[in-house]
Amino acid sequence: MLKQIEGSLGVAEAVALCRPEVICAYPISPQTHIVEALGEMVKAGALSPCEFINVESEFAAMSVAIGASAAGARAYTATASQGLLYMVEAIFNAAGLGLPIVMTVANRAIGAPINIWNDHSDAMSQRDCGWIQLFAENNQEALDLHIQAFRLGEELSLPVMVCMDGFILTHAYEQVNLPTRGQVDAYLPPYEPRQVLDPKEPVSIGAMVGPDAFAEVRYLAHAKQMQALELIPRHAAEFRQIFARDSGGLVREYRTGDATTIVVALGSVLGTIKDTVDEMRGEGHRIGVLGIVSFRPFPLAEVRRILQPAQRVVVLEKSLAVGIGGILSANVRMALSGVQLHGYTVIAGLGGRPITRKSLHRLFREAERDELQPLTFLDLDWNLVNRVLEREKQQRRSGPIAETILRDVGVVRVA
Amino acid sequence: MFQIRLHGRGGQGVVTGAEMLSVAAFLQGRHAQAFPSFGSERTGAPVVAFCRIDDKEIRLREPIMEPDALIIQDPTLLHQVEVFSGLKQRDGYILINTSRSFEELGIGEFVSNFRPERLCTVPATELALKHVGRPLPNAALLGGFAAVTGLLSLDSVAAAIREKFPGKVAEGNVAAATAAYDIVKQEMKEAAVHAQTD
Repeated sequence: MLKQIEGSLGVAEAVALCRPEVICAYPISPQTHIVEALGEMVKAGALSPCEFINVESEFAAMSVAIGASAAGARAYTATASQGLLYMVEAIFNAAGLGLPIVMTVANRAIGAPINIWNDHSDAMSQRDCGWIQLFAENNQEALDLHIQAFRLGEELSLPVMVCMDGFILTHAYEQVNLPTRGQVDAYLPPYEPRQVLDPKEPVSIGAMVGPDAFAEVRYLAHAKQMQALELIPRHAAEFRQIFARDSGGLVREYRTGDATTIVVALGSVLGTIKDTVDEMRGEGHRIGVLGIVSFRPFPLAEVRRILQPAQRVVVLEKSLAVGIGGILSANVRMALSGVQLHGYTVIAGLGGRPITRKSLHRLFREAERDELQPLTFLDLDWNLVNRVLEREKQQRRSGPIAETILRDVGVVRVA
Repeated sequence: MFQIRLHGRGGQGVVTGAEMLSVAAFLQGRHAQAFPSFGSERTGAPVVAFCRIDDKEIRLREPIMEPDALIIQDPTLLHQVEVFSGLKQRDGYILINTSRSFEELGIGEFVSNFRPERLCTVPATELALKHVGRPLPNAALLGGFAAVTGLLSLDSVAAAIREKFPGKVAEGNVAAATAAYDIVKQEMKEAAVHAQTD
C-alpha cells in the first residue's frame, strides 16, 4: 500500500512485517523514531510473540541481541554514531559467532567535535567487523533492504547492517509502498538457525580457538561474505518477482553506458547526484553514476566491469580516513587494480554539510577537465582552516580548535 | 517542481506543518518530500522545514535554497533570520502568520515587485487559539497556503490534518484551516480588485 510517511516509520513497519522475536535498543538520534514505533507496536500486542527489551546502553543492546539470536530468536536493533562505537566489542562478536542479527544504522557523524548530523563515519568505522553492510538510497529502499537483510543474514548465518542516512532519510516524509504480510511471508521463510543454545542438545557458542584453527575460522567468515556476493543479486531478483520493484542488489548503474566520467557514491546523495547528472547529460556531458548498495561484501568484479570503460572516476564519500583520504575510494581503487584511469576522491557532506547540485556541477566539470586534486574536500572553507593554522604557528596556547573555529565563524562570541 | 520553505520557532509545529503539506500533496496523487532542517531544535529557537511537490519521483536531497513559496509562522523572524533568502522574485508566494499588513511589518518595499495576489497574511495563531485552544498556527497556515497557491484543495489539507491529529484536535485544526482558507481567498479577491482599479 502506498503511504506518505516518515522514513523511520516505514522501516519500523518493514521490520514488524519480518516477524522479529526480540527487539532491543537504546535510544540515540537519529535512530530513535524507529525503535519508538516498534516499541509501541510490541506494547499494543501487534507483534506477538515479540519481546521488546529495554537496555541500559548500546553495549547491552548488542549483547542482548547476541543472546537472543544464539537462543534461536530473530533479533533486531538499531543505533547510530557514538552508540555504534559503544557496542563495537559486541559487534565483532556477533559477526565472529555468525549470528544473523539485523541492525539499522541511521548514519551520523562521530565526535569529537560532537555533531548530531549525517555522514557515514559511523558505518565506515565498522567496515571490517564482519557484518554485511547495505546502503539505502531512499526510504523505499531502506524499507526493502530490511526485509532482504533478514533473508540474507539468516541464510548465511551472518549479521547485517542496513545503513540509511540519518535525518536525510530517517526524518524525511516521502511515499513508500508498504508490502503486505503475505508478500513478506512469501519472501522470508521462518528462521532456521545453524546453531542454537538448547539445553537438550548442549553446545558452546564462542569456544576459544588457538593458532591451530583461528585463521581457518576467520577465512570462513570471509568465504561467507563471498557467498553473499552471489546471493545478493539472486535475492534482489526474487524480491522483484514478489514485490514488483527493484531494490537491493550489489550495485546500481545510472546512465553509465557511454559515460567517460563515472561518479561513485553510497546512500541518499545518489539522488542529488543523479539530478545533477541528468542536467549535465542535457548539455551533452557523458557522465554517469555507480551507486554501491553492498559495501560489505564489496563487489570488486562488478565495480571493475562498470568503471573500466570510463576515462575517469570520481568517488564522492561522506567519510574521511584521516591520514590518507577516502575509504570508499580505496576500495574502488582495489577494484581497478592495473586499470589506467584518472581517479579522484571527494570528501563531502561531513557532519551534515549539505551537498548541493550547484557544488556538484562545479565539481564534476572540474573533474572532466582533469583539474581536480586527487583528494578534494567539497566546499571546504579554506579561510577558516588557514586562520587556525596561522594561529597555531603564532602561539603555543592556541586553544581548543572546535571553540576557536566557532568564534571565527561567529557562532560563539568572545565575552 | 514546487518548493516550499517554512520558517517558525521551535514548538510551533513547523516540521509537522511541512509533513502535513506533503501528505496533502500525496493525497492528490503528487510526489512530495518533507524534511526538517536538522539541528538541536529548542523551544523558541528559529526552525526551518521544507516541502517539495512534483509529478515525478523526487530524488533531490539538498535543502531548499530557492523556494517558490514561503510560509512564515512567526513574524518576529522577519528581521532576525534571512527568511527571504533565495525566494523566487516577482512570482514567489509569501504567506505570513500575522494580523498586520506587509507595510506594518516593515517589508512593504521589499515585496513591492511581487504579484500582490501572491502576498497573503492570515492571523493563524488567533484562529488556532479560537478553534483549537492552543497557539499552534501550522494547520491554519496550510489552509491559507491552499487558498493562495491553488496547489492543494482544502479537502486534502483537511485529510492530512486528520491523519496527523486525533479526533477533536483534528476537527479544531480543520476549522482553523478552513477559516484561514476563507480569509486568504477574500484577501486575494481584494488584491485583484485593487489591481484593476490601479
